[in-house]
Formats: sequence, C-alpha cells, structure tokens
Amino acid sequence: MSDEMDNGGGENRKKIAFVMRHAPHGSIYSYEGLETVLIVAAYEQDLSLIFAGDGVFALVAAQDTSAVGIKGFIKTYRVLDGYDVNKIYVDRESMEKRGLKPEDFIIPVEVKEAEEIAAIMEEQHATIPY
Amino acid sequence: MLHTVNKSPFSSDALNECARFASTGSDILLIEDGVYAAKAGSAYEPALKDVVKKCAVYALEADLKARGVTALVPGVKTVAYAGFVELVEKSKVHTWL
Repeated sequence: MSDEMDNGGGENRKKIAFVMRHAPHGSIYSYEGLETVLIVAAYEQDLSLIFAGDGVFALVAAQDTSAVGIKGFIKTYRVLDGYDVNKIYVDRESMEKRGLKPEDFIIPVEVKEAEEIAAIMEEQHATIPY
Repeated sequence: MLHTVNKSPFSSDALNECARFASTGSDILLIEDGVYAAKAGSAYEPALKDVVKKCAVYALEADLKARGVTALVPGVKTVAYAGFVELVEKSKVHTWL
C-alpha cells in the first residue's frame, strides 16, 4: 500500500470513490464505510463519496439513536470537511424516492443524476462499495 | 468497467442500482444469487432485457448450474471461472454489495 499511496498526496494521489448504499443502523456497512473514508482521508487521496439507494438515509440530520441504545455516528460526517473530503454526491432518484431533500442532510451535498454518477465512477482509480 | 452483482433482484435493489450507474457499454457479471436475474420467464426478464441493451451482461456458469437456472434471458452470455478472470483483468471492478 505504501508504494501506491504516499502519505502526503503528491503525484501518487489516487482518485477513490466510496459508494454508500446501505442504511445506517440495520447493518454495519454504513458505519464501517465512514470509518474507512476517514482512514483513507489521512493519506490525502482525492476522495469522493457517492450516496445512493438506502445509503442516502445515512446523511439524515434528524437521526437520534439514544432510544435504541446504539451509538449514532451522524455527527461524524461533519469532520469530513476538515479532512478536505468535500466531494459528496447524492443520487437524485434515490433521494426523491425516499422523500428526502438536500436540506434534510447533515452536510452540504451535490445532487447528481445517474449518468453523472456513472461518469464519476468511471474516472476513479478505484471504487469501494459500502 | 466491470460491475458484479451477487444478490437476487427479488430481494435486493443492487442490480437495479448497478444498471442505473453502469456506463453504456460496460460489463455486468452476475454471480451467486445474482444469476437469478438471468432466468428466462421471471418477472425480472423485461428489466434485464433493458440492461442487456445498455451493457454486456454475463452470468457465471457454476452459479447458474448450482441454482438450476438453465434457460436464460436472451442476450445474457455465460462465462466459466476463466472468463470471470478475463473480465476482472480487463478493467476496474465495482461490486454492488
């Protein structure tokens, strides 16, 4: 990994997109995806986050897990900007089907059409599913 | 780009989302329960026919055989494990979990 990702960005900087497709509390995907984003962000790579399908629920600001006895992680999304992770894309169809609007989300997002997301995925060195 | 799907289209939206976000002309490989999408005569056949128009759709022979899926939606190509490897070597891969 060290050959591919020098810790400091530079010419070995890779474009990596995380494709987040799972709701936040029903499985571990969403939480582990965010953890992995933060780990990879420390290597100063060119990261994009794509939220599609039930993945869009992960960004809903109104989440409060106190009554179900699990630790929520919605506030963690706010630290992404501090790691210069600000390419946050949401699939319009997934968002609208679920009755959500950009104002419902914890962080600013760019709403994209499916074709735009397809193009973003194609331009990456790697895409990582969560 | 190669997209792999391992979930039945009757239990998961993975293939629907894969098809929406796969660029025209890219490869989609159905594996494990994903091969149920390729079964001829199912309610998913019309949807898969649309996918076949946009992308090259493959299904893994061993998984089809294991599940008794014999008649396939027209346009779906079968691949053995060697073909799976060739597809993976050809391009970047995204797995729709």
